[in-house]
Amino acid sequence: MWTLLGIAVLAIGFLIRLNPLLVIAAAALVTGVAGHIAPLDILAAFGKAFNQSRYVSVVFLVLPAIGLLERAGLQERARAFIAGLRGFTVGRLLLLYLFLRQIFAAVGLVALGGQAQMVRPLIAPMAEGAAEAKHGPLPEKTHWMIRAYAASADNVGAFFGEDIFVAIGSVLLIVGFLQQSGVVVQPLSLSLWAIPTAIVAFFVHGARLLLLDRKLKREQAKAAAE
Amino acid sequence: MITLEYVYVFAGLVFGAFAVLSAFDRSNKKRLGNAAFWGLFAASFLFGSHLSDLQNGILVLALVAIGGFNLLGKGTREETTPAERRASAEQRGNWLFVPALIIPVTVLLGTLFLKDAHIGGTALLDGKQVTIISLGLGVALSLIAAMAWLRPPLLAPLQEGRRLADTVGWAMLLPQMLASLGAVFALSGVGGAVGHIATDWLPLDTPFAAVLTYCIGMALFTAIMGNAFAAFPVMTAAIGLPLIVHKFGGDVVVMASIGMLSGFCGTLVTPMAANFNIVPAALLELPDRNGVIKVQVPTAIMLLTANTALMYFCVYRF
Repeated sequence: MWTLLGIAVLAIGFLIRLNPLLVIAAAALVTGVAGHIAPLDILAAFGKAFNQSRYVSVVFLVLPAIGLLERAGLQERARAFIAGLRGFTVGRLLLLYLFLRQIFAAVGLVALGGQAQMVRPLIAPMAEGAAEAKHGPLPEKTHWMIRAYAASADNVGAFFGEDIFVAIGSVLLIVGFLQQSGVVVQPLSLSLWAIPTAIVAFFVHGARLLLLDRKLKREQAKAAAE
Repeated sequence: MITLEYVYVFAGLVFGAFAVLSAFDRSNKKRLGNAAFWGLFAASFLFGSHLSDLQNGILVLALVAIGGFNLLGKGTREETTPAERRASAEQRGNWLFVPALIIPVTVLLGTLFLKDAHIGGTALLDGKQVTIISLGLGVALSLIAAMAWLRPPLLAPLQEGRRLADTVGWAMLLPQMLASLGAVFALSGVGGAVGHIATDWLPLDTPFAAVLTYCIGMALFTAIMGNAFAAFPVMTAAIGLPLIVHKFGGDVVVMASIGMLSGFCGTLVTPMAANFNIVPAALLELPDRNGVIKVQVPTAIMLLTANTALMYFCVYRF
């Protein structure tokens, strides 16, 4: 039971807003010691896993490409482009992105999207552009909220689309784990049972994206009244 | 054969360039901290495969010290002014989207067509890593196209990349840090301990209670571990298979599929899933690093409720 102490360190560290890097390092040390692992072995295990997970950081390679285009006005263009399309509100734009992200993920193209590649350079500025075209200049706080919603559309779309694809990691993990436990299941049947939740996710998060339009209208009315 | 190692060398060179440029950036008071941080990160990509586990661990420790004790700063130099960017945007129009879209399109085409490509009998690239290799390829193509078309100063992509990387700062380490913490958790048997708590202390004597505990347990445990993949084997071995399937006669496919999706609801609300929740907040320059999570919480709660209901109404019927 003492091994759970690391989770407590993690929770408390995050809650009192210490630097997460230090919190994670402390949690790893506490967990390892409680699990009777020698400190140097903990460090080695940590280093090994860090090295093996370098692939998750490869996505940051897009930063020079994105930065170069932003230097040439990519964000400004994205805003102007969407402002020129009448009828495209923030809510409708993000709803469309959510829908496309789910569909693409469902056919195995979960890599078509992502926070660094799509949201930062294109989707977030487009969402801000759509909002400003309709509501005029917005306070900084509203910009932050719109960007957060843009990021959420990417996440929800990916998570609740990808499981419909038969060869995605999570489906294969389920098949493999159940096989070890002596139960044979077909990947396709697992995928089919991911569809109801995907539909619910589209309606729940999609409705919240559309409500964002109303929220902006209310905020605008309030600002005008003040 | 092109392997992941090539992409790591590419990344190492880019991060190494960030380090060198940081060292000379006089607008940044903490420039040596930035130089050391990006230099060590570059070393991990360039030499990590040749270092021992312990040496890699010491490297991480140094990165944690620099990032954790606030030794990172940010330069203030802007390469172009907002007015210049607006003028450029106007002049170049929608063509600006093309180099940006080269990246996802290359990933798409690479994943579809390069997976099993052969040249003279040997595989062109490591098929298991095709997505990440295609991403590296896409970045290279996008950079070449943009450089040829825009003709910026030669160092512009590295300077701009460094500007964005400094915006993300230490948060860039989080995804790998959390993956490593997960490895220590696994080694120390954290999963088993959580499974014991779930089965020993919770009332699980009705079919509904079993479903409720399994779904909420998947979400909570995923939030703790930052990853539904780590939670699934533990919760399914502790509750899913013995209770829902074997004791109460539920359908294994419905249980497993919706169980995993309940875990994903936990992913939406946890800072532990840094690459989905914390890194985007940094990339989008939100002042609150939990800004993305806060927007996702209502969706996660509603979806978890829906998943629990769906599983209860379906798992005992099919």
